[in-house]
Amino acid sequence: MQKPLLSVKNIYKEFNRRPVCREISFDVWPGEILGLVGESGSGKSTLLNIISGCLKPESGQVIYRGDGCERDMHALTEGRRRLLQRTELGFVRQNASEGLRLNVSAGANIGERLMAGGARNFAKLRREAENWLDKVEIDKSRLDDKPLIYSGGMRQRLQIARNLVTSPKLVFMDEPTGGLDVSVQARLLDLLRGLVAGLGLAVVLVTHDLAAARLLSERLMVMQAGRIVESGLTDQVLDDPQHSYTQLLVASIPQF
Amino acid sequence: MYVAVKGGEEAIGNAHKLLAAQRRGDPAVPEIEIEQIGGQLSRAVARVMAEASLYAPREAALAVKQAQGDLIEAVFLLRASRAAWPRFGYSEALDADKMQIKRRISGVWKDLPGGQILGPTFDYSHRLLDASLAEKKEPAQTPTAEPGRERTEAGETEIVFDCPKAMRALSRQGLIEEEPAVAREPLDLTREPLDFPAGRDLRLQNLARADEGFLLSLAYSSQRGFGSVHPFVSELRLGTVKVEIIPPELGFPLAIGEIEITECETVNQFHGGGALKPCFTRGYGLVFGCNERKALSMAIVDRALRAKEFGEEIKGPAQDEEFVMQHSDNIEAAGFVEHIKLPHYVDFQAELSMLKSLRENYRQGGGRDE
Amino acid sequence: MNRRPEGNLYNFAYLDENTKRMIRRAILKAVAVPGHQTPFSSREMPMPYGWGTGGIQVTAAVIGPDDTLKVIDQGSDDTTNAVSIRGFFAKTAGVAVSARTEEASIIQTRHRIPETPLREGQIMVYQVPLPEPLRQLEPRETETRTLHGLNEYGLMHVKLYEDIAKHGQIAASYDYPVMVNDRYIMSPSPIPRFDNPKLDHSPALQLFGAGREKRIYAIPPYTKVKSLDFEDYPFTVQSWNERCAICGAENSYLDELVIDDQGGRLFVCSDSDFCRKRAEAGPKGASRA
Repeated sequence: MQKPLLSVKNIYKEFNRRPVCREISFDVWPGEILGLVGESGSGKSTLLNIISGCLKPESGQVIYRGDGCERDMHALTEGRRRLLQRTELGFVRQNASEGLRLNVSAGANIGERLMAGGARNFAKLRREAENWLDKVEIDKSRLDDKPLIYSGGMRQRLQIARNLVTSPKLVFMDEPTGGLDVSVQARLLDLLRGLVAGLGLAVVLVTHDLAAARLLSERLMVMQAGRIVESGLTDQVLDDPQHSYTQLLVASIPQF
Repeated sequence: MYVAVKGGEEAIGNAHKLLAAQRRGDPAVPEIEIEQIGGQLSRAVARVMAEASLYAPREAALAVKQAQGDLIEAVFLLRASRAAWPRFGYSEALDADKMQIKRRISGVWKDLPGGQILGPTFDYSHRLLDASLAEKKEPAQTPTAEPGRERTEAGETEIVFDCPKAMRALSRQGLIEEEPAVAREPLDLTREPLDFPAGRDLRLQNLARADEGFLLSLAYSSQRGFGSVHPFVSELRLGTVKVEIIPPELGFPLAIGEIEITECETVNQFHGGGALKPCFTRGYGLVFGCNERKALSMAIVDRALRAKEFGEEIKGPAQDEEFVMQHSDNIEAAGFVEHIKLPHYVDFQAELSMLKSLRENYRQGGGRDE
Repeated sequence: MNRRPEGNLYNFAYLDENTKRMIRRAILKAVAVPGHQTPFSSREMPMPYGWGTGGIQVTAAVIGPDDTLKVIDQGSDDTTNAVSIRGFFAKTAGVAVSARTEEASIIQTRHRIPETPLREGQIMVYQVPLPEPLRQLEPRETETRTLHGLNEYGLMHVKLYEDIAKHGQIAASYDYPVMVNDRYIMSPSPIPRFDNPKLDHSPALQLFGAGREKRIYAIPPYTKVKSLDFEDYPFTVQSWNERCAICGAENSYLDELVIDDQGGRLFVCSDSDFCRKRAEAGPKGASRA
């Protein structure tokens, strides 16, 4: 029987004694895209940081099973956790400057994880980087350019390539389309959908954009004031919201 | 045959002779005396003691003379001497409440127990060059006052014993944060290698010996918004305090002398909200000798560096412990900046051949010379 | 203990014994963990930071009355700073000094390793300005320390990758980073990469002192030291088409001298002792070339 890839158990987190995540438990299954929506300040980004191992919760567990054994991400030594993060996991940030080295060429950005893993052949690293530029639809001639001179959409695609190069099983995305033009957003979402389906990745997608959530995610969780107030199949949650906050959220967007 | 430059030994000897002549200046003018420097350039001496972190007025005055008035060089001379002197022990914590006060002001209370004492200050002087100082003349009368007097006219010298801190008015009502608990016996910056995160004990030591100009700029930057500290001066006091040690064979404190210090306590904006009781926060500055500018700057930077402790957003260098502590020491800074004047023939030669090889690649790749 | 040379105000080799013990403990730790930067409580020395205070403290901590000290700067015993440091120890420790590499038991250096092969029992003391090889890539000590601790060196290779992508070769000409004992990436101090191979499996004990940055690190004798590179872009050293104008050496590190305003150049050995020895052995200089 298949087990969840990630099990989040009873997470509690506070800042300055103010709770920001409370009683949060859920599973992420291999190959699924799980959407996490809610207004800004609801605790989604904090939760994402916790379940990706970047931020320690006050209590609760984050169990990862991708590499055959079961381990609590926050009970690992820092070295093991960081190793897991740069091999099995990926993280695409809203702000590309946090997820990329803007001052370093696209090729080196893509190659970094491989080099950290011991890859020492320059020609092979370059070929691999070119392949990935191709997959995320960036012209190969931009291989030696720094993302500093890339457009917003290209930076996000480069971030995706930089993460996927080690074939992770689970990728966390925090508002990956935030701040982009509508047409650029659509193209990026399309690319993401194709990549994820092709690679069998699981994704936890944080967004405040319900349209993006509808397009990409199979399951949806709604977060308000540090709690998950509703979850279920995406269409079901968006077409027949049960919780008053979800109803408000859906009603605030005309096409829903 | 070509012979590479030799004669380092002789060159150094001559350089030292030239330096000595430069220091002495015109031999027709009498040589400046240590006592004159100590007495008439006391603020220079105070700065040298503070940044050398050694209270030694006579040696500091000597250093100022030897360094030809280059204060950073003087700090260096004093530091280097200190490093080779044996250390006998640690004094008891200074009790600034029992300061013999020469000056004491509060920016938050119009009047307070102990009173405001203006003392010797540039604050209300008009900064006009005083030509009469260029002439020799008899010393003017120094104003004096009885110890323990509460209030005084500006310009009088006042001595007050056992004057309570202005901060007490706030702490008694619980409006200021409690004095941060002492987590450990303070580490000694001069005996332990610096490690990050450093803790407030080491931060304060670092700031107390930091370059005055560096602290001033950091404090200024934080007031202007790169760190957002909005300080009020609860109290600024200048005076002398006793230094006591407990000799192991006696077991009780023994005063071994007194030193002049400037101490500054600031009140800053609130911490807390939500589940935490809101309160004012503290900043602290303490400097050897008479130096308010540095004591104030130190208090501001101390508070700015507590940003993490209070969960504040880090938006300026003054709030960044590593940035401040790694770059505050003027002896370290001056050494590293100035060392580039030492010979770098070998690395430069390496860079030269690298550039030639890059040029060669460029030409082979079809690049053209303009 | 009275180890003070006659008529000297300071302790033997300037530092007091407690300070020396503290430094020796740091050195022992550094030797035990090759390539690891060990913090130590650096003292203010009577020379400025940047003039070799780290090296001087290490030398002061290991030197004894029977040692013979050689000090070089840019490969030469006669540069002003080398003269000054040698004079300092001659005065405070009263030890024998020598310019001959093979005679010295301790060699303090800035920017070079002697051309004459080192032997067992010798100690090389390097003056180090910036001990952290990752510093230019990551300014935070807390972060670089973590990267070393976790053996996370992807960042270093990002830099080397960038060099090749941009220049077609790794463009670090001096202070070329090395991997020590397959574990720690280390700055070899600003020696030219020409000298890097001499670090590997050296019979001498190699100690590195950074005074301002308060770090000591070490390479024990016969330790593997590998200069970082890529399989298809292997590490190489500098070479010259010229030979030394004085001794005719073909494979020593050469200094380029400007001899006139017409662009005249001359190349001579950077290692003055090596050059002198060869020149004394017989004329084979520029005249013959």
